[in-house]
Amino acid sequence: MRLWRCTVFVAALLPFLWWAWQVAAGQAGPEPGQYLLLNFGQCALILLLLTLSLTPLMKLTRWKGFALIRRQLGLWTFSYGVLHLTSYLLFILGLDFSALGADLQRRPYIIVGFAALVMLLALAVTSNRYSMKRLGKRWKFLHRLVYIALALVLLHFFWVVRADMGQWSAYALAGVVLMLLRIPVISRALGRIRPRHGRVASTHRSR
Amino acid sequence: MLIRTRKRHHIGEHQVTPESVYLARRHFMAGVAGLGMAAALPRSVWASSHYDDVEKGRQPDWLASRLDNTHWQAVTAGENDKLTPFNDASHYNNFFEFGTSKDDPYKHAGDMTTEPWTIEIDGEVARPGTLDVDQLLGEQQLEERIYRLRCVEAWSMVIPWLGVPLSEIIKRAEPTSDAKFVRFQTLVRPEEMPGQRSRFALIDWPYQEGLRMDEAMHPLTILSVGMYGRVLPNQNGAPVRLVVPWKYGFKSIKSIVRISLVKEQPPTAWPTINANEYGFYSNVNPDVDHPRWSQARERRLPNSLFSTNMIDTQMFNGYEDEVASLYKGMDLRTYF
Ligand code: HEM
Repeated sequence: MRLWRCTVFVAALLPFLWWAWQVAAGQAGPEPGQYLLLNFGQCALILLLLTLSLTPLMKLTRWKGFALIRRQLGLWTFSYGVLHLTSYLLFILGLDFSALGADLQRRPYIIVGFAALVMLLALAVTSNRYSMKRLGKRWKFLHRLVYIALALVLLHFFWVVRADMGQWSAYALAGVVLMLLRIPVISRALGRIRPRHGRVASTHRSR
Repeated sequence: MLIRTRKRHHIGEHQVTPESVYLARRHFMAGVAGLGMAAALPRSVWASSHYDDVEKGRQPDWLASRLDNTHWQAVTAGENDKLTPFNDASHYNNFFEFGTSKDDPYKHAGDMTTEPWTIEIDGEVARPGTLDVDQLLGEQQLEERIYRLRCVEAWSMVIPWLGVPLSEIIKRAEPTSDAKFVRFQTLVRPEEMPGQRSRFALIDWPYQEGLRMDEAMHPLTILSVGMYGRVLPNQNGAPVRLVVPWKYGFKSIKSIVRISLVKEQPPTAWPTINANEYGFYSNVNPDVDHPRWSQARERRLPNSLFSTNMIDTQMFNGYEDEVASLYKGMDLRTYF
């Protein structure tokens, strides 16, 4: 299981290393900052969707490994989100913070992205065992914010689409399916699809 | 010619210059200074020494036969407008027929067949017709025009186009008095254009653009057939594209197959999708923001992680002296 977790860690780090390498090697085109911005944003969204697919996957397969990497993937989502924001501040705004203020006031897609990132931050700082214990029931409630964050990110992305909805539609469809799988009836049915011989008690917190 | 030369002829002179080129350039400057000398340098002297590192591509006959008689540097850009490297100008494009990423056009446009190619000229003209590129250019001398290209996405480049004034082509077709606008259309060929095969495309193909008659007849407006002393790469709009340097880049429609003179203002691609964000005129204007970002400044490409290379955007992309009179009395916030 340790190996599994390490593999996931490396796999999640690889995109960052790859894009950093592409930039260093001059392979990222004439606007490397924009290249990083878009790639980090997409990566954060993909990681968010992957994180949300772990619970359904576990229900389906009864493999505990999926639960073990949930916190990690959540933190990776947040990290790529932070990299995305950092790219924006450094490479697009050139650290002109007055421009950020103006953007936040006037540009809905930035506000929405910002709100999503703040939510992911709240989840990241309360993702440890200590917070879980302290918050008790409220923890679960708090971590439902992830659904709102997903909706906001999809909206954020929707507003920057220019000429073709294809890619966005694929992500949105994935998001919708993952939400549907959380409807109690469906989620229970999911658990019954593969009745295992030696039943594994499911002790994870569902979210 | 209306285009003034000011102190603009500095571009491209940042390297040690061979003597032959130096002499040739003095010859050229004499030409633009209005002494009436034709600045038609042999290509061997001028272009090949300036675009040494540019891969030539497959050179069609209609271009090869015209290069020696080309007016090199007929228009130059400002002192600080360093030419964008060819590699960047040809690998970072918006051409949604080939996909939505900046590198999609260069990856996929190679599949587009550009020979044979015909351009239909129709509408309110006395002499409609279907022309190939050679016929379209006709006797018109090719000119090199170094223009700033300002994308609506707040980045910009500086590109040496090869082309001819659109006005000459239009005049040859003899527009009637009913011709008030010019409409342009891009090729539709889904087999060769993955973006057109997408069921989620927002653009209603063909990509369509338009100019008011006086904009189309303005001497800065050209039909381009080449850049960097060579044929246009497909991703840059081969074989024929429009270049209107005082408007956002998307007005400069690529891979044109049809030019129609029309009575009414034609619907154009972007305002059709989103009229709040894009207008018919789309003149570069630092005072009118795009709803999603500021247009006050632009990133001059290539940039790097260490510098955004941000510069102030100029009214009409710096061509205010030449074109402002076209819009006298118009509220440019309403007609953005
Ligand atoms: C303060 C927070 C944020 C800011 C300032 C921000 C800013 C941006 C900007 C400037 C773009 C590019 C728009 C364009 O020109 O095409 C963008 C695109 C995007 N962002 Fe964000 N963003 C934020 C938060 C997030 C978060 C939290 C996520 C995901 C978890 C995210 C995912 C995306 C995605 C998927 C795209 C589209 C990428 C593409 O077009 O390929 N963003 N964002």
